[in-house]
Amino acid sequence: MNFLDVLLAGATLGGLYGLVAMGLTLQYGVARIMNLSYGEFLIAPAFLTYVLVSQFGLSPLWVLVLAIPLGFAVQWLVYQLLLTPLVRRTGAGPALEVDSILATFGLLFVVQGAMLVVFGGNYYSYEYLSVPIHVLGSTVAANRLLVLVVAVLVGGGLYALLTRTRMGTVVRAVSVAPRFAQLVGINVRQTSALAFGMGGALVAVSGVLVSMFLPFSASMGTMFAMKALIVVIMGGVGNLMGCLMAGLLLGFAETLVASFVDPGLTLAVNFGLFLLVLLFRPTGLFGKAAR
Amino acid sequence: MNSPREWWAWGAGATAVLGLALLPLWLQNDYVLSLLISVLMYSVLATAWALFSGPTRYISLATVAFFGVGAYTTAVLGEVLPWAGVLAVALLLGVVMALLVGLATLRLSGVYFVIFSFGLAELTKQLVTWYEVNITKEIGRYVFVDITQQHIYWQLLGLLALVLALRALIQRTRLGLALRVIGEDETVAVHVGINTTVVKVVLFAASSAFITVTGAVMAPRWTYIDPSIAFAPVISFQTLIMALLGGPAALLGPLLGAAPLVLLFEFLSASFPNHFSILLGLVFMVIVYLVPNGLVSLLRRKGGRP
Repeated sequence: MNFLDVLLAGATLGGLYGLVAMGLTLQYGVARIMNLSYGEFLIAPAFLTYVLVSQFGLSPLWVLVLAIPLGFAVQWLVYQLLLTPLVRRTGAGPALEVDSILATFGLLFVVQGAMLVVFGGNYYSYEYLSVPIHVLGSTVAANRLLVLVVAVLVGGGLYALLTRTRMGTVVRAVSVAPRFAQLVGINVRQTSALAFGMGGALVAVSGVLVSMFLPFSASMGTMFAMKALIVVIMGGVGNLMGCLMAGLLLGFAETLVASFVDPGLTLAVNFGLFLLVLLFRPTGLFGKAAR
Repeated sequence: MNSPREWWAWGAGATAVLGLALLPLWLQNDYVLSLLISVLMYSVLATAWALFSGPTRYISLATVAFFGVGAYTTAVLGEVLPWAGVLAVALLLGVVMALLVGLATLRLSGVYFVIFSFGLAELTKQLVTWYEVNITKEIGRYVFVDITQQHIYWQLLGLLALVLALRALIQRTRLGLALRVIGEDETVAVHVGINTTVVKVVLFAASSAFITVTGAVMAPRWTYIDPSIAFAPVISFQTLIMALLGGPAALLGPLLGAAPLVLLFEFLSASFPNHFSILLGLVFMVIVYLVPNGLVSLLRRKGGRP
Protein backbone atom coordinates (compact mmCIF):
# COMPACT_ATOMS: atom_id res chain seq x y z
CA MET A 1 0.00 0.00 0.00
CA ASN A 2 1.53 3.32 -0.96
CA PHE A 3 1.06 6.58 0.82
CA LEU A 4 -1.64 7.90 -1.50
CA ASP A 5 -3.73 4.75 -1.08
CA VAL A 6 -3.61 5.19 2.66
CA LEU A 7 -4.50 8.85 2.31
CA LEU A 8 -7.53 8.11 0.16
CA ALA A 9 -8.74 5.17 2.25
CA GLY A 10 -8.28 7.22 5.40
CA ALA A 11 -10.15 10.18 3.97
CA THR A 12 -13.16 8.15 2.82
CA LEU A 13 -13.39 6.24 6.09
CA GLY A 14 -12.80 9.40 8.09
CA GLY A 15 -15.40 11.33 6.11
CA LEU A 16 -17.94 8.67 7.00
CA TYR A 17 -16.99 8.77 10.70
CA GLY A 18 -17.26 12.52 10.68
CA LEU A 19 -20.71 12.37 9.14
CA VAL A 20 -21.90 9.69 11.57
CA ALA A 21 -20.63 11.70 14.51
CA MET A 22 -22.22 14.98 13.40
CA GLY A 23 -25.68 13.65 14.15
CA LEU A 24 -24.63 12.49 17.57
CA THR A 25 -22.97 15.77 18.41
CA LEU A 26 -26.25 17.54 17.54
CA GLN A 27 -28.25 15.18 19.73
CA TYR A 28 -25.87 15.33 22.68
CA GLY A 29 -24.76 18.92 22.28
CA VAL A 30 -28.22 20.43 21.93
CA ALA A 31 -30.75 18.02 23.42
CA ARG A 32 -28.30 16.83 26.12
CA ILE A 33 -29.32 13.24 25.54
CA MET A 34 -26.54 10.71 25.23
CA ASN A 35 -28.26 8.45 22.73
CA LEU A 36 -26.66 5.03 23.10
CA SER A 37 -29.06 3.52 20.58
CA TYR A 38 -27.62 5.82 17.91
CA GLY A 39 -25.77 3.06 16.07
CA GLU A 40 -28.91 0.98 15.75
CA PHE A 41 -30.56 3.84 13.88
CA LEU A 42 -27.65 3.72 11.46
CA ILE A 43 -27.91 0.00 10.80
CA ALA A 44 -31.72 0.02 10.40
CA PRO A 45 -31.60 2.37 7.35
CA ALA A 46 -28.78 0.24 5.96
CA PHE A 47 -31.11 -2.76 6.08
CA LEU A 48 -33.95 -0.71 4.63
CA THR A 49 -31.69 0.26 1.73
CA TYR A 50 -30.70 -3.37 1.24
CA VAL A 51 -34.34 -4.43 1.02
CA LEU A 52 -35.37 -1.57 -1.27
CA VAL A 53 -32.39 -2.07 -3.58
CA SER A 54 -32.40 -5.86 -3.79
CA GLN A 55 -36.16 -6.45 -3.67
CA PHE A 56 -37.55 -3.42 -5.46
CA GLY A 57 -34.63 -2.43 -7.63
CA LEU A 58 -34.57 1.13 -6.29
CA SER A 59 -31.39 3.16 -6.68
CA PRO A 60 -29.57 3.74 -3.38
CA LEU A 61 -29.43 7.42 -4.26
CA TRP A 62 -33.23 7.64 -4.07
CA VAL A 63 -33.12 5.88 -0.71
CA LEU A 64 -30.57 8.48 0.37
CA VAL A 65 -33.09 11.24 -0.36
CA LEU A 66 -35.87 9.29 1.36
CA ALA A 67 -33.71 8.70 4.42
CA ILE A 68 -33.59 12.38 5.36
CA PRO A 69 -37.28 12.93 6.24
CA LEU A 70 -37.69 9.37 7.51
CA GLY A 71 -34.68 9.55 9.82
CA PHE A 72 -35.81 12.94 11.09
CA ALA A 73 -39.34 11.70 11.82
CA VAL A 74 -38.18 8.57 13.65
CA GLN A 75 -35.77 10.33 16.00
CA TRP A 76 -38.13 13.25 16.51
CA LEU A 77 -40.77 10.76 17.65
CA VAL A 78 -38.25 8.96 19.86
CA TYR A 79 -37.54 12.26 21.57
CA GLN A 80 -41.19 13.22 21.95
CA LEU A 81 -42.48 9.85 23.12
CA LEU A 82 -39.60 8.29 25.02
CA LEU A 83 -37.37 11.08 26.19
CA THR A 84 -39.76 13.92 26.99
CA PRO A 85 -41.12 12.04 30.03
CA LEU A 86 -37.57 11.72 31.34
CA VAL A 87 -36.82 15.39 30.68
CA ARG A 88 -39.96 16.28 32.67
CA ARG A 89 -39.22 13.89 35.50
CA THR A 90 -35.66 15.03 36.03
CA GLY A 91 -36.27 18.69 35.30
CA ALA A 92 -33.38 18.43 32.80
CA GLY A 93 -31.03 18.19 35.81
CA PRO A 94 -28.02 15.92 36.17
CA ALA A 95 -30.29 12.89 36.63
CA LEU A 96 -31.39 13.29 33.00
CA GLU A 97 -27.97 12.22 31.82
CA VAL A 98 -28.08 8.91 33.67
CA ASP A 99 -31.75 8.24 32.96
CA SER A 100 -31.44 8.95 29.25
CA ILE A 101 -28.39 6.71 29.00
CA LEU A 102 -30.33 3.87 30.59
CA ALA A 103 -33.46 4.41 28.51
CA THR A 104 -31.63 4.59 25.19
CA PHE A 105 -29.69 1.55 26.33
CA GLY A 106 -32.95 -0.37 26.55
CA LEU A 107 -33.95 0.99 23.15
CA LEU A 108 -30.62 -0.24 21.75
CA PHE A 109 -31.44 -3.80 22.75
CA VAL A 110 -35.00 -3.62 21.43
CA VAL A 111 -34.03 -2.30 17.99
CA GLN A 112 -30.99 -4.54 17.70
CA GLY A 113 -33.03 -7.56 18.81
CA ALA A 114 -35.72 -6.79 16.25
CA MET A 115 -33.13 -6.60 13.47
CA LEU A 116 -31.56 -9.87 14.64
CA VAL A 117 -34.95 -11.57 14.52
CA VAL A 118 -35.68 -10.33 10.99
CA PHE A 119 -32.24 -10.53 9.38
CA GLY A 120 -30.24 -12.88 11.59
CA GLY A 121 -26.60 -12.35 12.48
CA ASN A 122 -25.18 -12.55 8.94
CA TYR A 123 -23.44 -9.86 6.97
CA TYR A 124 -25.33 -8.22 4.11
CA SER A 125 -24.17 -6.22 1.13
CA TYR A 126 -25.15 -5.37 -2.42
CA GLU A 127 -23.38 -4.09 -5.49
CA TYR A 128 -23.51 -0.39 -6.21
CA LEU A 129 -21.04 1.91 -7.93
CA SER A 130 -18.10 -0.31 -7.06
CA VAL A 131 -16.30 0.80 -10.22
CA PRO A 132 -12.66 1.74 -9.75
CA ILE A 133 -11.69 5.36 -10.28
CA HIS A 134 -8.11 6.41 -10.83
CA VAL A 135 -6.91 9.34 -8.81
CA LEU A 136 -3.31 10.40 -9.35
CA GLY A 137 -2.14 6.86 -9.97
CA SER A 138 -4.08 5.34 -7.10
CA THR A 139 -7.41 3.54 -7.42
CA VAL A 140 -10.44 3.99 -5.24
CA ALA A 141 -14.01 2.68 -5.54
CA ALA A 142 -16.54 5.25 -6.74
CA ASN A 143 -18.93 4.58 -3.85
CA ARG A 144 -16.20 5.42 -1.36
CA LEU A 145 -15.57 8.75 -3.04
CA LEU A 146 -19.31 9.39 -3.00
CA VAL A 147 -19.29 8.96 0.78
CA LEU A 148 -16.57 11.54 1.17
CA VAL A 149 -18.38 13.98 -1.13
CA VAL A 150 -21.70 13.56 0.70
CA ALA A 151 -19.99 13.94 4.08
CA VAL A 152 -18.39 17.20 3.02
CA LEU A 153 -21.61 18.48 1.39
CA VAL A 154 -23.87 17.57 4.31
CA GLY A 155 -21.35 18.82 6.85
CA GLY A 156 -20.92 22.07 5.02
CA GLY A 157 -24.66 22.48 4.49
CA LEU A 158 -25.44 21.85 8.11
CA TYR A 159 -22.71 24.23 9.20
CA ALA A 160 -24.23 26.92 6.99
CA LEU A 161 -27.70 26.15 8.33
CA LEU A 162 -26.53 26.51 11.90
CA THR A 163 -24.44 29.62 11.46
CA ARG A 164 -26.40 31.54 8.81
CA THR A 165 -30.08 30.99 9.57
CA ARG A 166 -32.36 32.08 12.37
CA MET A 167 -33.26 28.50 13.18
CA GLY A 168 -29.57 27.71 13.44
CA THR A 169 -29.05 30.55 15.86
CA VAL A 170 -31.87 29.24 18.03
CA VAL A 171 -30.38 25.76 18.05
CA ARG A 172 -26.96 27.11 18.98
CA ALA A 173 -28.45 29.22 21.73
CA VAL A 174 -30.04 26.16 23.30
CA SER A 175 -26.79 24.28 22.96
CA VAL A 176 -24.77 26.97 24.70
CA ALA A 177 -27.19 28.12 27.41
CA PRO A 178 -30.40 26.09 27.75
CA ARG A 179 -31.57 28.01 30.81
CA PHE A 180 -31.09 31.46 29.32
CA ALA A 181 -32.45 30.49 25.91
CA GLN A 182 -35.80 30.14 27.61
CA LEU A 183 -35.67 33.74 28.80
CA VAL A 184 -35.52 35.10 25.27
CA GLY A 185 -38.60 33.17 24.24
CA ILE A 186 -37.06 30.04 22.79
CA ASN A 187 -39.01 26.85 23.28
CA VAL A 188 -36.15 24.72 24.54
CA ARG A 189 -37.96 21.41 24.41
CA GLN A 190 -39.12 21.87 20.82
CA THR A 191 -35.69 23.00 19.73
CA SER A 192 -34.19 19.95 21.42
CA ALA A 193 -36.65 17.71 19.58
CA LEU A 194 -35.72 19.47 16.34
CA ALA A 195 -32.00 18.95 16.91
CA PHE A 196 -32.63 15.35 17.89
CA GLY A 197 -34.56 14.83 14.66
CA MET A 198 -31.80 16.49 12.61
CA GLY A 199 -29.35 14.08 14.21
CA GLY A 200 -31.70 11.30 13.12
CA ALA A 201 -31.70 12.52 9.52
CA LEU A 202 -27.90 12.58 9.54
CA VAL A 203 -27.53 9.12 11.00
CA ALA A 204 -30.05 7.71 8.51
CA VAL A 205 -28.08 9.25 5.62
CA SER A 206 -24.87 7.71 6.98
CA GLY A 207 -26.62 4.36 7.27
CA VAL A 208 -27.58 4.41 3.60
CA LEU A 209 -24.02 5.37 2.69
CA VAL A 210 -22.54 2.59 4.83
CA SER A 211 -24.72 0.04 3.05
CA MET A 212 -23.28 1.15 -0.29
CA PHE A 213 -19.72 0.12 0.41
CA LEU A 214 -19.39 -1.90 3.62
CA PRO A 215 -20.88 -5.28 4.50
CA PHE A 216 -23.05 -4.74 7.56
CA SER A 217 -24.76 -6.90 10.18
CA ALA A 218 -27.46 -6.41 12.80
CA SER A 219 -25.00 -6.27 15.68
CA MET A 220 -22.67 -3.66 14.18
CA GLY A 221 -24.57 -0.66 15.54
CA THR A 222 -22.75 -0.51 18.87
CA MET A 223 -19.43 -0.31 17.07
CA PHE A 224 -20.58 2.70 15.05
CA ALA A 225 -22.04 4.35 18.14
CA MET A 226 -18.75 3.91 19.98
CA LYS A 227 -16.79 5.40 17.10
CA ALA A 228 -19.22 8.29 16.82
CA LEU A 229 -18.83 8.93 20.55
CA ILE A 230 -15.07 8.93 20.27
CA VAL A 231 -15.24 11.39 17.41
CA VAL A 232 -17.75 13.61 19.24
CA ILE A 233 -15.54 13.80 22.30
CA MET A 234 -12.38 14.25 20.25
CA GLY A 235 -13.98 17.04 18.24
CA GLY A 236 -15.50 18.78 21.24
CA VAL A 237 -19.18 18.22 22.07
CA GLY A 238 -21.48 20.21 19.79
CA ASN A 239 -18.67 21.28 17.47
CA LEU A 240 -19.59 20.28 13.89
CA MET A 241 -16.35 21.18 12.18
CA GLY A 242 -14.43 19.57 15.03
CA CYS A 243 -16.45 16.46 14.30
CA LEU A 244 -15.40 16.34 10.69
CA MET A 245 -11.75 16.93 11.59
CA ALA A 246 -11.78 14.34 14.38
CA GLY A 247 -13.56 11.88 12.09
CA LEU A 248 -10.85 12.28 9.47
CA LEU A 249 -8.16 11.91 12.12
CA LEU A 250 -9.69 8.67 13.35
CA GLY A 251 -10.07 7.41 9.78
CA PHE A 252 -6.38 8.06 9.09
CA ALA A 253 -5.24 6.51 12.36
CA GLU A 254 -7.27 3.38 11.68
CA THR A 255 -6.09 3.03 8.10
CA LEU A 256 -2.47 3.55 9.07
CA VAL A 257 -2.58 0.93 11.79
CA ALA A 258 -4.55 -1.52 9.64
CA SER A 259 -2.14 -1.28 6.72
CA PHE A 260 1.19 -0.97 8.51
CA VAL A 261 0.78 -2.66 11.89
CA ASP A 262 -2.05 -5.18 12.23
CA PRO A 263 -5.69 -5.01 11.08
CA GLY A 264 -6.71 -6.74 14.33
CA LEU A 265 -5.65 -3.72 16.34
CA THR A 266 -7.86 -1.04 14.77
CA LEU A 267 -10.39 -1.14 17.60
CA ALA A 268 -7.63 -0.98 20.18
CA VAL A 269 -6.34 2.13 18.40
CA ASN A 270 -9.82 3.61 18.58
CA PHE A 271 -10.08 3.17 22.30
CA GLY A 272 -6.48 4.12 22.87
CA LEU A 273 -7.06 7.45 21.12
CA PHE A 274 -10.31 7.89 23.00
CA LEU A 275 -8.60 7.39 26.36
CA LEU A 276 -5.80 9.75 25.51
CA VAL A 277 -8.22 12.49 24.51
CA LEU A 278 -10.38 11.95 27.58
CA LEU A 279 -7.40 12.10 29.88
CA PHE A 280 -5.55 15.04 28.39
CA ARG A 281 -8.18 17.10 26.62
CA PRO A 282 -11.61 16.17 27.98
CA THR A 283 -13.15 19.15 26.20
CA GLY A 284 -11.93 17.87 22.84
CA LEU A 285 -9.06 18.60 20.52
CA PHE A 286 -10.90 21.43 18.80
CA GLY A 287 -13.23 22.60 21.54
CA LYS A 288 -12.65 25.71 23.58
CA ALA A 289 -14.82 24.49 26.44
CA ALA A 290 -17.44 21.79 26.19
CA ARG A 291 -19.95 23.61 28.34
CA MET B 1 -21.71 -2.39 66.90
CA ASN B 2 -23.62 -0.69 69.60
CA SER B 3 -27.31 -1.19 69.33
CA PRO B 4 -29.05 -4.53 69.89
CA ARG B 5 -30.79 -4.09 66.53
CA GLU B 6 -27.47 -4.21 64.79
CA TRP B 7 -26.50 -7.39 66.64
CA TRP B 8 -29.75 -8.94 65.49
CA ALA B 9 -29.07 -7.90 61.90
CA TRP B 10 -25.58 -9.46 61.92
CA GLY B 11 -26.97 -12.60 63.57
CA ALA B 12 -29.76 -12.91 61.04
CA GLY B 13 -27.28 -12.42 58.21
CA ALA B 14 -24.93 -15.11 59.54
CA THR B 15 -27.83 -17.54 60.03
CA ALA B 16 -29.07 -16.91 56.48
CA VAL B 17 -25.59 -17.56 55.07
CA LEU B 18 -25.27 -20.76 57.12
CA GLY B 19 -28.68 -21.95 55.98
CA LEU B 20 -27.82 -21.26 52.34
CA ALA B 21 -24.49 -23.05 52.77
CA LEU B 22 -26.26 -26.23 53.90
CA LEU B 23 -28.76 -26.07 51.05
CA PRO B 24 -26.77 -27.98 48.37
CA LEU B 25 -26.16 -30.91 50.76
CA TRP B 26 -29.85 -31.46 51.13
CA LEU B 27 -30.72 -30.53 47.58
CA GLN B 28 -29.78 -33.19 45.03
CA ASN B 29 -30.87 -31.45 41.85
CA ASP B 30 -28.29 -30.23 39.35
CA TYR B 31 -30.63 -27.91 37.51
CA VAL B 32 -31.73 -26.08 40.64
CA LEU B 33 -28.13 -25.92 41.83
CA SER B 34 -27.02 -24.31 38.57
CA LEU B 35 -29.87 -21.81 38.83
CA LEU B 36 -28.80 -20.99 42.37
CA ILE B 37 -25.24 -20.51 41.14
CA SER B 38 -26.47 -18.00 38.56
CA VAL B 39 -28.47 -16.17 41.22
CA LEU B 40 -25.45 -16.09 43.51
CA MET B 41 -23.09 -14.97 40.76
CA TYR B 42 -25.26 -12.01 39.83
CA SER B 43 -25.91 -11.25 43.50
CA VAL B 44 -22.17 -10.94 44.08
CA LEU B 45 -21.65 -8.95 40.87
CA ALA B 46 -24.55 -6.57 41.53
CA THR B 47 -23.58 -6.04 45.18
CA ALA B 48 -19.94 -5.50 44.25
CA TRP B 49 -21.03 -3.11 41.50
CA ALA B 50 -23.14 -1.22 44.02
CA LEU B 51 -20.23 -1.10 46.46
CA PHE B 52 -18.73 1.55 44.18
CA SER B 53 -21.64 2.79 42.10
CA GLY B 54 -24.33 2.88 44.79
CA PRO B 55 -22.91 5.73 46.85
CA THR B 56 -20.96 7.52 44.10
CA ARG B 57 -23.68 7.18 41.45
CA TYR B 58 -21.11 6.46 38.78
CA ILE B 59 -22.63 4.14 36.19
CA SER B 60 -19.93 1.60 35.38
CA LEU B 61 -20.16 -0.72 32.40
CA ALA B 62 -16.72 -2.17 33.02
CA THR B 63 -18.02 -5.11 35.08
CA VAL B 64 -17.27 -7.64 32.38
CA ALA B 65 -13.75 -6.31 31.83
CA PHE B 66 -12.84 -7.46 35.35
CA PHE B 67 -15.03 -10.54 35.24
CA GLY B 68 -13.37 -11.68 32.01
CA VAL B 69 -9.88 -11.07 33.37
CA GLY B 70 -10.80 -13.28 36.33
CA ALA B 71 -12.12 -16.01 34.08
CA TYR B 72 -8.94 -15.91 32.00
CA THR B 73 -6.79 -16.11 35.12
CA THR B 74 -8.38 -19.46 35.89
CA ALA B 75 -8.09 -20.62 32.29
CA VAL B 76 -4.40 -19.76 32.09
CA LEU B 77 -3.24 -20.67 35.60
CA GLY B 78 -5.82 -23.28 36.62
CA GLU B 79 -3.48 -26.21 36.00
CA VAL B 80 -0.32 -24.49 37.18
CA LEU B 81 -1.26 -23.09 40.56
CA PRO B 82 -3.30 -24.45 43.47
CA TRP B 83 -6.84 -23.07 43.55
CA ALA B 84 -6.16 -20.55 46.32
CA GLY B 85 -3.22 -19.30 44.29
CA VAL B 86 -5.41 -18.78 41.24
CA LEU B 87 -7.89 -16.75 43.27
CA ALA B 88 -5.08 -14.72 44.83
CA VAL B 89 -3.65 -13.89 41.41
CA ALA B 90 -7.12 -12.92 40.16
CA LEU B 91 -7.57 -10.68 43.20
CA LEU B 92 -4.22 -9.04 42.61
CA LEU B 93 -4.88 -8.54 38.90
CA GLY B 94 -8.28 -7.01 39.62
CA VAL B 95 -6.84 -4.59 42.16
CA VAL B 96 -3.90 -3.56 39.98
CA MET B 97 -6.06 -3.05 36.92
CA ALA B 98 -8.64 -1.10 38.92
CA LEU B 99 -5.96 1.11 40.46
CA LEU B 100 -4.45 1.92 37.08
CA VAL B 101 -7.82 2.60 35.51
CA GLY B 102 -9.16 4.37 38.56
CA LEU B 103 -6.24 6.71 39.06
CA ALA B 104 -6.32 7.64 35.41
CA THR B 105 -10.01 8.14 34.91
CA LEU B 106 -12.08 8.67 38.02
CA ARG B 107 -11.84 12.40 37.50
CA LEU B 108 -14.23 11.84 34.62
CA SER B 109 -17.85 11.99 35.52
CA GLY B 110 -21.32 11.42 34.16
CA VAL B 111 -21.60 10.26 30.63
CA TYR B 112 -17.84 10.29 30.01
CA PHE B 113 -17.36 7.68 32.68
CA VAL B 114 -20.14 5.49 31.28
CA ILE B 115 -18.67 5.55 27.81
CA PHE B 116 -15.18 5.10 29.12
CA SER B 117 -16.10 2.06 31.19
CA PHE B 118 -17.90 0.51 28.24
CA GLY B 119 -14.86 1.20 26.09
CA LEU B 120 -12.62 -0.39 28.70
CA ALA B 121 -14.56 -3.66 28.48
CA GLU B 122 -14.33 -3.65 24.67
CA LEU B 123 -10.66 -2.72 24.75
CA THR B 124 -9.81 -5.56 27.16
CA LYS B 125 -11.71 -7.98 24.97
CA GLN B 126 -9.92 -6.78 21.83
CA LEU B 127 -6.51 -7.02 23.47
CA VAL B 128 -7.12 -10.54 24.76
CA THR B 129 -8.43 -11.58 21.33
CA TRP B 130 -5.40 -10.06 19.65
CA TYR B 131 -3.05 -11.81 22.06
CA GLU B 132 -4.73 -15.18 21.55
CA VAL B 133 -4.80 -14.88 17.79
CA ASN B 134 -1.23 -13.64 17.37
CA ILE B 135 0.70 -15.14 20.26
CA THR B 136 -0.99 -18.40 21.26
CA LYS B 137 -2.54 -18.86 17.78
CA GLU B 138 -5.70 -20.25 19.32
CA ILE B 139 -8.83 -18.33 20.10
CA GLY B 140 -10.35 -20.56 22.79
CA ARG B 141 -9.09 -22.24 25.94
CA TYR B 142 -10.24 -25.26 27.90
CA VAL B 143 -10.56 -24.83 31.62
CA PHE B 144 -9.17 -27.88 33.40
CA VAL B 145 -9.78 -27.39 37.10
CA ASP B 146 -11.03 -29.91 39.59
CA ILE B 147 -13.89 -27.88 41.03
CA THR B 148 -17.44 -29.17 41.45
CA GLN B 149 -20.65 -27.19 41.12
CA GLN B 150 -21.07 -27.35 44.90
CA HIS B 151 -17.66 -25.80 45.42
CA ILE B 152 -18.54 -22.97 43.06
CA TYR B 153 -21.74 -22.45 45.00
CA TRP B 154 -19.97 -22.25 48.36
CA GLN B 155 -17.26 -19.97 47.09
CA LEU B 156 -19.81 -17.58 45.59
CA LEU B 157 -21.75 -17.64 48.83
CA GLY B 158 -18.56 -16.81 50.71
CA LEU B 159 -17.88 -13.90 48.35
CA LEU B 160 -21.41 -12.65 48.78
CA ALA B 161 -21.13 -12.74 52.55
CA LEU B 162 -17.82 -10.88 52.37
CA VAL B 163 -19.00 -8.15 50.03
CA LEU B 164 -22.20 -7.62 52.04
CA ALA B 165 -20.26 -7.44 55.29
CA LEU B 166 -17.85 -4.98 53.72
CA ARG B 167 -20.70 -2.76 52.56
CA ALA B 168 -22.31 -2.92 55.99
CA LEU B 169 -19.03 -1.97 57.67
CA ILE B 170 -18.29 0.85 55.26
CA GLN B 171 -21.65 2.44 55.98
CA ARG B 172 -20.64 2.79 59.63
CA THR B 173 -17.28 4.42 59.00
CA ARG B 174 -16.01 7.83 57.96
CA LEU B 175 -15.50 6.39 54.49
CA GLY B 176 -19.21 5.70 54.25
CA LEU B 177 -20.02 9.26 55.27
CA ALA B 178 -17.54 10.61 52.73
CA LEU B 179 -19.15 8.44 50.07
CA ARG B 180 -22.61 9.71 50.82
CA VAL B 181 -21.42 13.29 50.51
CA ILE B 182 -19.77 12.50 47.17
CA GLY B 183 -22.99 10.89 45.95
CA GLU B 184 -25.03 13.93 46.98
CA ASP B 185 -22.75 16.55 45.51
CA GLU B 186 -19.16 16.10 44.52
CA THR B 187 -18.35 19.80 44.61
CA VAL B 188 -19.51 20.01 48.21
CA ALA B 189 -17.44 16.94 49.04
CA VAL B 190 -14.30 18.59 47.68
CA HIS B 191 -15.03 21.76 49.66
CA VAL B 192 -15.45 20.01 52.99
CA GLY B 193 -12.01 18.51 52.50
CA ILE B 194 -12.77 14.99 51.28
CA ASN B 195 -10.11 13.63 48.97
CA THR B 196 -12.68 12.40 46.49
CA THR B 197 -10.18 10.77 44.16
CA VAL B 198 -8.68 8.56 46.88
CA VAL B 199 -12.10 7.56 48.19
CA LYS B 200 -13.36 6.68 44.72
CA VAL B 201 -10.22 4.79 43.71
CA VAL B 202 -10.24 2.70 46.91
CA LEU B 203 -13.87 1.80 46.43
CA PHE B 204 -13.43 1.07 42.74
CA ALA B 205 -10.51 -1.24 43.51
CA ALA B 206 -12.48 -3.12 46.17
CA SER B 207 -15.49 -3.47 43.89
CA SER B 208 -13.35 -4.62 40.95
CA ALA B 209 -11.45 -7.13 43.08
CA PHE B 210 -14.70 -8.88 44.02
CA ILE B 211 -15.83 -8.90 40.40
CA THR B 212 -12.51 -10.34 39.18
CA VAL B 213 -12.54 -13.12 41.77
CA THR B 214 -16.14 -13.93 40.82
CA GLY B 215 -14.98 -14.35 37.22
CA ALA B 216 -12.20 -16.68 38.37
CA VAL B 217 -14.62 -18.76 40.45
CA MET B 218 -17.14 -19.01 37.62
CA ALA B 219 -14.67 -20.05 34.89
CA PRO B 220 -14.67 -23.81 35.67
CA ARG B 221 -18.38 -23.85 35.03
CA TRP B 222 -17.91 -23.30 31.30
CA THR B 223 -15.07 -25.82 30.64
CA TYR B 224 -14.38 -23.84 27.46
CA ILE B 225 -13.95 -20.08 27.19
CA ASP B 226 -13.08 -17.61 24.47
CA PRO B 227 -13.09 -13.80 24.55
CA SER B 228 -16.69 -13.53 23.37
CA ILE B 229 -17.87 -15.73 26.27
CA ALA B 230 -15.65 -14.30 29.01
CA PHE B 231 -16.18 -10.68 27.95
CA ALA B 232 -19.84 -10.86 26.89
CA PRO B 233 -21.15 -7.28 27.32
CA VAL B 234 -24.50 -8.64 28.43
CA ILE B 235 -22.91 -9.51 31.79
CA SER B 236 -22.23 -5.82 32.46
CA PHE B 237 -25.72 -4.82 31.38
CA GLN B 238 -27.51 -7.44 33.44
CA THR B 239 -25.46 -6.63 36.54
CA LEU B 240 -26.29 -2.96 36.12
CA ILE B 241 -30.01 -3.46 35.64
CA MET B 242 -30.26 -5.84 38.60
CA ALA B 243 -28.56 -3.41 40.94
CA LEU B 244 -30.73 -0.56 39.66
CA LEU B 245 -33.94 -2.54 39.99
CA GLY B 246 -33.26 -3.33 43.62
CA GLY B 247 -31.77 0.02 44.53
CA PRO B 248 -27.98 0.34 44.57
CA ALA B 249 -27.83 2.61 47.59
CA ALA B 250 -29.37 0.11 50.01
CA LEU B 251 -27.39 -2.77 51.47
CA LEU B 252 -29.71 -5.53 50.29
CA GLY B 253 -31.02 -3.65 47.26
CA PRO B 254 -28.88 -5.43 44.65
CA LEU B 255 -29.94 -8.83 46.05
CA LEU B 256 -33.56 -7.79 45.75
CA GLY B 257 -33.01 -7.04 42.06
CA ALA B 258 -30.70 -9.96 41.24
CA ALA B 259 -32.83 -12.90 42.34
CA PRO B 260 -36.02 -12.14 40.38
CA LEU B 261 -34.18 -10.90 37.28
CA VAL B 262 -31.88 -13.92 37.05
CA LEU B 263 -34.96 -16.15 37.13
CA LEU B 264 -36.78 -13.93 34.64
CA PHE B 265 -33.83 -13.81 32.22
CA GLU B 266 -33.34 -17.56 32.60
CA PHE B 267 -36.98 -18.13 31.71
CA LEU B 268 -36.89 -15.65 28.82
CA SER B 269 -33.69 -16.97 27.27
CA ALA B 270 -34.96 -20.55 27.52
CA SER B 271 -38.42 -19.81 26.12
CA PHE B 272 -37.66 -17.05 23.61
CA PRO B 273 -34.00 -17.47 22.63
CA ASN B 274 -34.43 -15.43 19.45
CA HIS B 275 -36.29 -12.57 21.07
CA PHE B 276 -34.17 -12.40 24.22
CA SER B 277 -32.46 -9.18 23.22
CA ILE B 278 -35.77 -7.39 22.61
CA LEU B 279 -37.18 -8.58 25.92
CA LEU B 280 -34.01 -7.61 27.79
CA GLY B 281 -34.32 -4.11 26.32
CA LEU B 282 -37.96 -3.87 27.29
CA VAL B 283 -37.22 -4.98 30.86
CA PHE B 284 -34.53 -2.29 30.96
CA MET B 285 -36.93 0.40 29.81
CA VAL B 286 -39.73 -0.67 32.13
CA ILE B 287 -37.34 -0.45 35.07
CA VAL B 288 -36.01 2.96 34.04
CA TYR B 289 -39.49 4.41 33.55
CA LEU B 290 -41.45 2.74 36.32
CA VAL B 291 -38.95 2.02 39.10
CA PRO B 292 -36.46 4.90 38.82
CA ASN B 293 -35.36 4.66 42.45
CA GLY B 294 -35.34 0.91 42.86
CA LEU B 295 -37.64 -1.55 44.59
CA VAL B 296 -36.19 -0.61 47.95
CA SER B 297 -37.70 2.87 47.66
CA LEU B 298 -41.12 1.38 46.90
CA LEU B 299 -40.90 -0.86 49.97
CA ARG B 300 -39.87 2.06 52.13
CA ARG B 301 -42.77 4.18 50.95
CA LYS B 302 -45.18 1.35 51.80
CA GLY B 303 -43.54 0.52 55.12
CA GLY B 304 -43.18 4.17 56.08
CA ARG B 305 -39.75 3.66 57.65
CA PRO B 306 -36.63 5.38 56.31
